[in-house]
Amino acid sequence: MSQWTLFEVFVRSKHGLNHKHVGSVHAADAAMAIENARELYTRRNEGVSLWVVPSAAITASSPDEKDPLFDPSEDKIYRHASFYELPPEVGHM
Amino acid sequence: MTKYDDLIEYLLRVGDSAVVKGQRLCEWCGNAPALEEEMALMNVGLDLIGQARNWLDYAAELIDDGRDADQLAYCRDERAYRNLLLVEQPNGDFAVTMAKQFFYDAWQYHMLQGLVESSDERVAAIAAKALKEVTYHLRRSSEWVQRLGDGTEESHQRMVAGVEEVWRFTCELTVGDEVEQRLAEAGVIPAPEAIAEAWKATVSEVLTAATLTVPEEARSFYLNGRNGVHSEHLGILLAEMQFLQRAYPNATW
Amino acid sequence: MYAQMVETGAKRVKTLEEMSPEERAFQERIDAEVKIEPKNWMPDAYRKTLIRQISQHAHSEIVGMLPEGNWVTRAPTFKRKLQLMAKIQDEAGHGMYLYSAMETLGADRDEEVEKLHNGRAKYSSIFNYPTLNWADMGAVGWLVDGAAIVNQVVLQRTSYGPYSRAMIRICKEESFHQRQGYEILLTMMQEGNEAQKEMVQDAINRLWWPALMMFGPSDADSPNSAQSMAWKIKRHTNDELRQRFIDQTVPQLEFLGCTAPDPDLKWNEERGHYDFGEIQWEEFYEVIKGNGPCNRERIETRRNAIEDGTWVREAAVAFAEKKKKQQAAA
Repeated sequence: MSQWTLFEVFVRSKHGLNHKHVGSVHAADAAMAIENARELYTRRNEGVSLWVVPSAAITASSPDEKDPLFDPSEDKIYRHASFYELPPEVGHM
Repeated sequence: MTKYDDLIEYLLRVGDSAVVKGQRLCEWCGNAPALEEEMALMNVGLDLIGQARNWLDYAAELIDDGRDADQLAYCRDERAYRNLLLVEQPNGDFAVTMAKQFFYDAWQYHMLQGLVESSDERVAAIAAKALKEVTYHLRRSSEWVQRLGDGTEESHQRMVAGVEEVWRFTCELTVGDEVEQRLAEAGVIPAPEAIAEAWKATVSEVLTAATLTVPEEARSFYLNGRNGVHSEHLGILLAEMQFLQRAYPNATW
Repeated sequence: MYAQMVETGAKRVKTLEEMSPEERAFQERIDAEVKIEPKNWMPDAYRKTLIRQISQHAHSEIVGMLPEGNWVTRAPTFKRKLQLMAKIQDEAGHGMYLYSAMETLGADRDEEVEKLHNGRAKYSSIFNYPTLNWADMGAVGWLVDGAAIVNQVVLQRTSYGPYSRAMIRICKEESFHQRQGYEILLTMMQEGNEAQKEMVQDAINRLWWPALMMFGPSDADSPNSAQSMAWKIKRHTNDELRQRFIDQTVPQLEFLGCTAPDPDLKWNEERGHYDFGEIQWEEFYEVIKGNGPCNRERIETRRNAIEDGTWVREAAVAFAEKKKKQQAAA
């Protein structure tokens, strides 16, 4: 077994963007994980902020549940602005 | 030996210290205790070699005898090198390396904080860039000293031995000489006493947190990196680092 | 290629009809170029082969730091030193991206590294050759990284999502490596003295054939290729990639004003490719078996690093646990 804990790393590449998963690092604790992530994933100016989460703490959806979880939203087209037709006189909305 | 004016002497001291420390970090390549540390040690080394180039570029301009930063680094003998004795010491185990790194980082950190305010604009600019890097170096080495000092029984013993091994060379970090006094009076560098006080406070805080005893103030005589009177380790280090420039003088690489 | 001769365990590739419904769905997904992600069902052999391939690739990056580490303390100028340090650091990073991709398959990094140290895992044959002069740093960047890039560029489209994403990241970062190597050689050839020019030719003479061997055995001797290609964890055959590398490298060699140590190397108008001489496969297999010029030293260095560092890693864990307890008590 690995001596150090596996952490998943999320990088915010620019102000205003979401943190995005980029990979993982090994570290003895969270502070070290931040530093290791900084060395590994932001060597070329790639980030302005980092999150690290112990990999074991992440709950992922199962691929078997893909249909019940994600397909139902497919036919709810009324959630999209393009579903609604307005007369051109109304202008931009 | 040529005697330069004060600022040049000082630039050589900080530049040479950075290049020698960077060279020692290069020696860890492939040998670090974890892959993550390969990255981290090389990163610190990269910062230091970059800083050394900046300081020596400026020194070369002031010396103005046709030599550039490369020639200053790669073609001077050990007696002309002005680095701290601390940084030329062999790496030893990871505890010795971290003890050296921490004492050096703490010194650099406090010195650079003062240099940012330097009356010499070029010095202030180089220091401002270096300070960001060194702030991170100090954070990392402080953490490692604590991890090792307050980790396992073995790591504690090794950290005690590591501090003991290099402590005597810290004398240079806490005592300024005439060159530095004059530069401080001119507002070019911070007062050596101020750096010494701040350095001692940081060292005491971190060593205590690491469950280590702060040794009595280091004393030294005879050896003096600032005057080019080094330990025997520097000559060998330079022989390796300077090999190509020495074997093929004036070649372009 | 950093992963040579990856064992798939398959004697021949199954047809869709022979597969279980799960396996068929998996293969159809691959055929449709949809990425396989960590939690998707996958055949055991696919998982095992990928772990083998990705770890081999990762080990190669890590062992690959050593021939360059041999010169990083002797780089001739600030500029060259900084470039080489940055490159070595990238290699450690690429090793870690790859181990990270491998761990999404349920493999443990420390266990896979242990296999490297006890000789049960392979890494690229090229890193078992010594680096003997400064021009080797140029030749390694140009030829070795160049050969690796040919392979890695196609692996960006590999079927396993995390591997593909690691490859994309690596390719993006690695583009500077080959240029940095070529520039070292070009400077020595164009601005250097006779001794420097000799170094360049000497480096090419020693590293040319080992670089060609990086792509692995000829297709006729690659029994695992068919399965790996069906799984799209390999996208071109060894010989195709080797030819591609030679075709793109020879003009660069000529521009340098150097020669390859191969009297049979010449342009074949009819094929539209360069012809080249027979590779000494006995040498390749010897190196793969552990009998290369530096195999022992490379493995010993890596093993010592990790073994000597055990107390450091343990201390970090002990410290973290102490702090956790203190926080819980507070």
